[in-house]
Amino acid sequence: MTSRFSKGGRLIDRTKRLSFKFNGKNLFAYGGDTLASALLANNQVLIGRSFKYHRPRGIVSSGIEEPNALVSLGSGGSFEPNRSATTIELFDGVEATSQNHLGSLEWDIGSVNNLISKIFPAGFYYKTFINPRFAWKHIFEPTIRSAAGLGKAPKEEDGSSYDYFYAHLDVVIIGAGITGLVAANNLAKSGLKILLVEQKHFLGGYALSEEFKINNSNSFEFIKKLENELSNFENIIVKKNFSIIGIHDHSYLIGSENMEQMERNCQSSIRQRLWRIRAKHVILATGAIERPLVFAGNDIPGVMLCSAALEFYKLYGVSSGDRVVVLSNNDSAYSTVIELFNAGISVSLVIDVREKSDGNLPLKAKELGIRVEFNKAISKVIGKKKVKAVEVCSVVGEGAVLETIICDSVLMSGGWTSTLNLWSHCGGKIKWDSKLNTLVPDESFPSINEFGRSFITVLGSANGQFWPSDLFANIEKKLSRLYGELNLKKTKTLRFDINKNTNGETSSIFCVPEAADENLKAKSFVDYQNDVKLTDLRIAAQEGFESVEHLKRYTTLGMATDQGKLSNINGIQILANLLGKEINEVGTTTFRPPYTPISLGSIAGEARKELFKPIRRTPIHNWHQENGAIFEPVADWQRPYAYKGNNETLEEAIHREVKNTRNALGMLDASTLGKIIVSGTNAGEFLDLIYTNMMSSLKPGRCRYGLMCNENGFLFDDGVVARLDEKTFLCHTTTGGSDRVYSWMEEWHQTEWWDKKVFIQNLTEEYTQITIAGPKARLLLEKLGGLKVDNVNFKPLDFFEGKLGNFEVRVFRISFSGELSFEIAVPSKNGIAFWMRCLELGRDLGLTPYGTEALHIMRAEKGFIMIGDETDGTVIPQDLNLEWAISKKKKDFIGKRAHERIFMQDTNRKTLVGLSLKNSTKKIPDGAYALKSGGKGAKDVLGHITSSYFSPTLDKPIAMALLKNGKSLKGQEVDIPVDNGNILKATVVEPQFFDIEGKRQNV
Amino acid sequence: MLKFICPYCQVEADETELTPGGEAHLKRMGPGSSDQEFYNYLFERKNPRGIHFERWLHSYGCGKWFHVVRCTKTMEVFGTYSAQENNPPKKILDIVKKRISFGKKIK
Amino acid sequence: MKKYSAFSLVKESFNNHLGWEKAWKKSNPKKNYKIIIVGAGGHGLATAYYLGKNFGIKDVAVLEKGWLGGGNTGRNTTIIRSNYLQEESAAIYEKSRLLYETLSQELNYNVMFSPRGVMMLCQTEHELRAMKRTCHANRIYGVDTIMISPARMKEMIPIINIKGPRYPILGGLWQPRGGTARHDAVAWGYARAISSWGVDIIENCEVIGIKKNKNKISSVQTTKGDISCEKMCFVVAGNSSVMAELCGFRLPVESVALQALVSEPIKPVMNCVVMANTVHGYMSQSDKGEMVIGGGADGYNNYSQRGSFQHIEETVRALIETFPFISRLRQLRQWGGIVDMTGDRSPIISKTPVDNIYLNCGWGTGGFKAIPGSGWATAELVAKGEPGELAAPFSLERFKEGRMIDESVAAAVAH
Repeated sequence: MTSRFSKGGRLIDRTKRLSFKFNGKNLFAYGGDTLASALLANNQVLIGRSFKYHRPRGIVSSGIEEPNALVSLGSGGSFEPNRSATTIELFDGVEATSQNHLGSLEWDIGSVNNLISKIFPAGFYYKTFINPRFAWKHIFEPTIRSAAGLGKAPKEEDGSSYDYFYAHLDVVIIGAGITGLVAANNLAKSGLKILLVEQKHFLGGYALSEEFKINNSNSFEFIKKLENELSNFENIIVKKNFSIIGIHDHSYLIGSENMEQMERNCQSSIRQRLWRIRAKHVILATGAIERPLVFAGNDIPGVMLCSAALEFYKLYGVSSGDRVVVLSNNDSAYSTVIELFNAGISVSLVIDVREKSDGNLPLKAKELGIRVEFNKAISKVIGKKKVKAVEVCSVVGEGAVLETIICDSVLMSGGWTSTLNLWSHCGGKIKWDSKLNTLVPDESFPSINEFGRSFITVLGSANGQFWPSDLFANIEKKLSRLYGELNLKKTKTLRFDINKNTNGETSSIFCVPEAADENLKAKSFVDYQNDVKLTDLRIAAQEGFESVEHLKRYTTLGMATDQGKLSNINGIQILANLLGKEINEVGTTTFRPPYTPISLGSIAGEARKELFKPIRRTPIHNWHQENGAIFEPVADWQRPYAYKGNNETLEEAIHREVKNTRNALGMLDASTLGKIIVSGTNAGEFLDLIYTNMMSSLKPGRCRYGLMCNENGFLFDDGVVARLDEKTFLCHTTTGGSDRVYSWMEEWHQTEWWDKKVFIQNLTEEYTQITIAGPKARLLLEKLGGLKVDNVNFKPLDFFEGKLGNFEVRVFRISFSGELSFEIAVPSKNGIAFWMRCLELGRDLGLTPYGTEALHIMRAEKGFIMIGDETDGTVIPQDLNLEWAISKKKKDFIGKRAHERIFMQDTNRKTLVGLSLKNSTKKIPDGAYALKSGGKGAKDVLGHITSSYFSPTLDKPIAMALLKNGKSLKGQEVDIPVDNGNILKATVVEPQFFDIEGKRQNV
Repeated sequence: MLKFICPYCQVEADETELTPGGEAHLKRMGPGSSDQEFYNYLFERKNPRGIHFERWLHSYGCGKWFHVVRCTKTMEVFGTYSAQENNPPKKILDIVKKRISFGKKIK
Repeated sequence: MKKYSAFSLVKESFNNHLGWEKAWKKSNPKKNYKIIIVGAGGHGLATAYYLGKNFGIKDVAVLEKGWLGGGNTGRNTTIIRSNYLQEESAAIYEKSRLLYETLSQELNYNVMFSPRGVMMLCQTEHELRAMKRTCHANRIYGVDTIMISPARMKEMIPIINIKGPRYPILGGLWQPRGGTARHDAVAWGYARAISSWGVDIIENCEVIGIKKNKNKISSVQTTKGDISCEKMCFVVAGNSSVMAELCGFRLPVESVALQALVSEPIKPVMNCVVMANTVHGYMSQSDKGEMVIGGGADGYNNYSQRGSFQHIEETVRALIETFPFISRLRQLRQWGGIVDMTGDRSPIISKTPVDNIYLNCGWGTGGFKAIPGSGWATAELVAKGEPGELAAPFSLERFKEGRMIDESVAAAVAH
């Protein structure tokens, strides 16, 4: 059984008692425990069930690489699935539940999968569920899907907050184990801005457990000293609970700072903080992760990594078992063996798969009287929900049992794999070193920064230097190279006095016994979480999935939440063996961010709900809101769609607005439309190139409706241009076009026609613009007073600047509704005041505001086009009967050449027409298509309806459409299929329905 | 997250301040050009897997367009220069030549 | 080719699955083939398949510079839909979707085509009108879609947030028989089929040059030697410009990065695919339980297969707005590919300036759904030397003519 020692445990505080729940059971632990150490202290060995076969699983590691001990934490807005128990700092009141079982954890009905696991090897689903066809959708897939997933989804909204942080640094040191701490100390005096980060909640890494002597002190004390010294330097920031999860191009790092504990203790309102870091140089001191060995039953609860057992003992005072058997292919396991032995644990046997080892540690173990057997292996672990015994066999052969040893803990060590993910995120290559039996960075293909230079230095275990003496030699060498690169004066590097030990080699045997039969292979796990066994890899190779990427995808090895930290290397080694190739031939998979999973909430940060995207508001916005406006989003703006009273439907409101504007007086907030000033000596010439019309001939004080095409010839924006004076034009654009047209003009000016002397300014937000429209429009302006507004002095398309009712204004006599209409611009700071003044004076005239929908109906009644409805990115002005707006005199303008292409001249192009419905009170549905009368399918399609409304002015539906060779269809009938197989019949007419001579706007 | 030094305001601008603008030094074809020439201008692009001469806009900064010489495979940047230069400056071309002649494998 | 079935699976389980054969043969190239296809991604393999199936042409080699299916086919968000606006697009995507319906049976390989439906959200009035237009067009052009109200959508997708606050959902376009499939399986399924009738699939074989005779292809130079052929078709997606350069011409194509990510696996919460174009994000749940999330492409030329982090941010924000509960889920993996964007964002299936060289590219961010239809149409083009009905609109010539096939209606924002 697993239990707590009566003393010891570097990180726990035995005076602080914590209570927590696991699957509803009340348990106790100490401050400083992780959930994993707390569970082990309470003899809770079975923690969860595996993904596919629902096999009982327990804790295998002590860090982020944990594949098995996944729990769901919390409830409600703080519910979180799939948390690994080894990384949860325990706090009082934790509620954790196990995952992925039907029924209880102990008696999981899903474990029936395990019994028939032979039928379900990796990739079995590709070979079956093919027939009958309907069964995949209705039976097989739903079954698979409901069995899938590990934890349940959170049901409530996330109650936590997340934010961002930005940092510009000279050096980022990733990993504050002994290597990172030494590197930081070394660089501290240089004055460089340094960030030292550590993903665990404590510094010192594995050296806190696997102690050694350095400079005559214990490594543990040495680390404390380094920590304290660092706090003296202002130029170094040290962060715990901080993972660098990705290194991106141009030395941009993303870091995730976990503030969960502080959030819980109400010391922080933020749960996680995402750091965006630019670092001139990166030091990877990310250490190494121990590999499991592959043997039958290596997934049974109680089988654990040696380093994990050592950490549980040294850091948390927890014993992983009373009777331990150790299986190893290297010397490092013996550190664990000796420490546990000295703690009084019974180490029944150390099984070493190697022939021998000359190392100090195995020798010491022997001296202590610990039983060590070389050339041996484990044939099988006995036990279902926990380890009961092991069967010992020879390394060679198929696993004939030589001895059965009763035990409750199997500790394994398959060697160490350097953690080099971050080295390769930006293209750096990694290779396998068959002497060290680990990955090493390929220094001839490093990740490079924007200058084409390597910017990552790898130190310590991450560089394959696992033993303390080698480690420090390596640090010294590499740091002196780094000094050169950073142009630093060489400060005296700290001297380290470490005993050089003899260390035996790590064997390349990791899969035992070497000739295991199929039954044993079928119980030897390579990827724990995804239940990938040795037999699966064999099947994959046998079926030709020989590239490591294919292997991964076919077997799902390495694709679980632990991202293959314990399984990738073993998988690659097995594949190489199966194919008879070297590991470097087979290749390693590409490492990509994130290094560890990070919450989606932390990626989104604060940009959620109201802050998801900024809203642009006009100065009149609050008034709109208070007066019943229903808003519609247009680009980033909110525009009133209509003003709905309490006693009317939306449609009634819109019709009321239309009628009122046509019969009396209406007012619209047009502030969102673009206002771009183009001024300068060459302003006219410049605009001649931008618009299809001739703008340079526009006289000061006059307005002209202009069209803009792109170089491909398609109409993309329209608006009225007013000439303010000789050198100054004011261009109006659509709402969605304001920023786009401004950028467009700047682009052409800066990159093509920079010889033209013009200034371009986007003044959209500087002015509130209000449309006063209706037969009584002039009366309101007269009431305001200050400008001559009779028909002689203020003609249609005139522009005046002056005062109206004590407000500085620009007034344009332009009409989109077809009524007598003035658009009045006031500086934004006066916007709401002007609006209110108009309301006040207009009350007696029947002035009411109208929204965008009323405007759209009115313009459609007049046959005016709207960008985005009559245009869709494939329409040219000629299609819309707007040839009159295209200057024939100009030699060149944007789009002119495009119009000359063959397809643009085709008479069968869709052109704009109107549609009149027979016998209908309902409008044609939006977006409907028109076919030849009596037509059936696609070949009879004439075109589509671009705008469709019910006109309250005419009391009938109106519509405009783009139909092939529209002119030739005038007077003809067309069919419009709508829902439910019905067909509307419409007649093709001119696309103007009301006041065709345009009399009303010219009064 | 790329960053470039804007040749106008000298700010080292993050990609989020910038808007990409495609291939640089396209020769505009207008009325009088053949269909093939016009198509080349509008659509045909080098799209190299390697050194690319391209345009960027410092949209959330000084608002200026500028040119960048960048490797599309490794993101290495060889220099930035003004949008009003029709050809890359010799200084940058020399850097590029030197880099390529080192036999840099761009796979 | 040994048949896959539940029976054979059970039978083999008694034999420890030692009887399964290689899914496709590994071979070295012969000196000559009738047709060489460059690119063993989904489209290239499908082309080889339909050359054999529809035209009986089996003297074919598929050359792949990396590992089979290792490009965009091996790293996409698996969405299959055909609810496109333009007639020409709807035709080829719907053909493709129909082929997906029976692909598992056709190939005797479970590609796990799951017609669980695709929902496209409308979050502005303009988008709503555009989707309605697409719905009408779909009906006429033979694609089955309907408009869905927000209330009905909430019933179908309980976890969706229809209330905004920034972009309340106004409606949706629903394609009931769109869905997803297992992307690797599609490549492996086609590969197994063509390998079984003798097509050579040659991996780790990069094309480094082209030899022409007058203006006609005579052979292909590769890292495994020269191979002569009668016809060649290159189907290499993001690397199309590189191939075209070897052939002596340029393309209206730019290669940019497209990124996607998955969350850790959770129990089933969502049965269909949801696409939110206004906020630039889409999500579905894989059979393994992972939430598969994607967004728009990065904006600059990029062959590195990695993109910039802010695009991931924008996509995740968009999805948290739409599905607030995912905030506490964790991102497990992300990846990037190289997508080829053409001048009108529609694909190119076409003859080229060189005789007997054919081209299939430009699928941009939407290539996976098109694999069977694209292969079908390209096979016809290569076999006959002239495009059939499906491929004809997608010729390279359309750019010169000004005849764009533009699907970006909903993107235009105005008034």
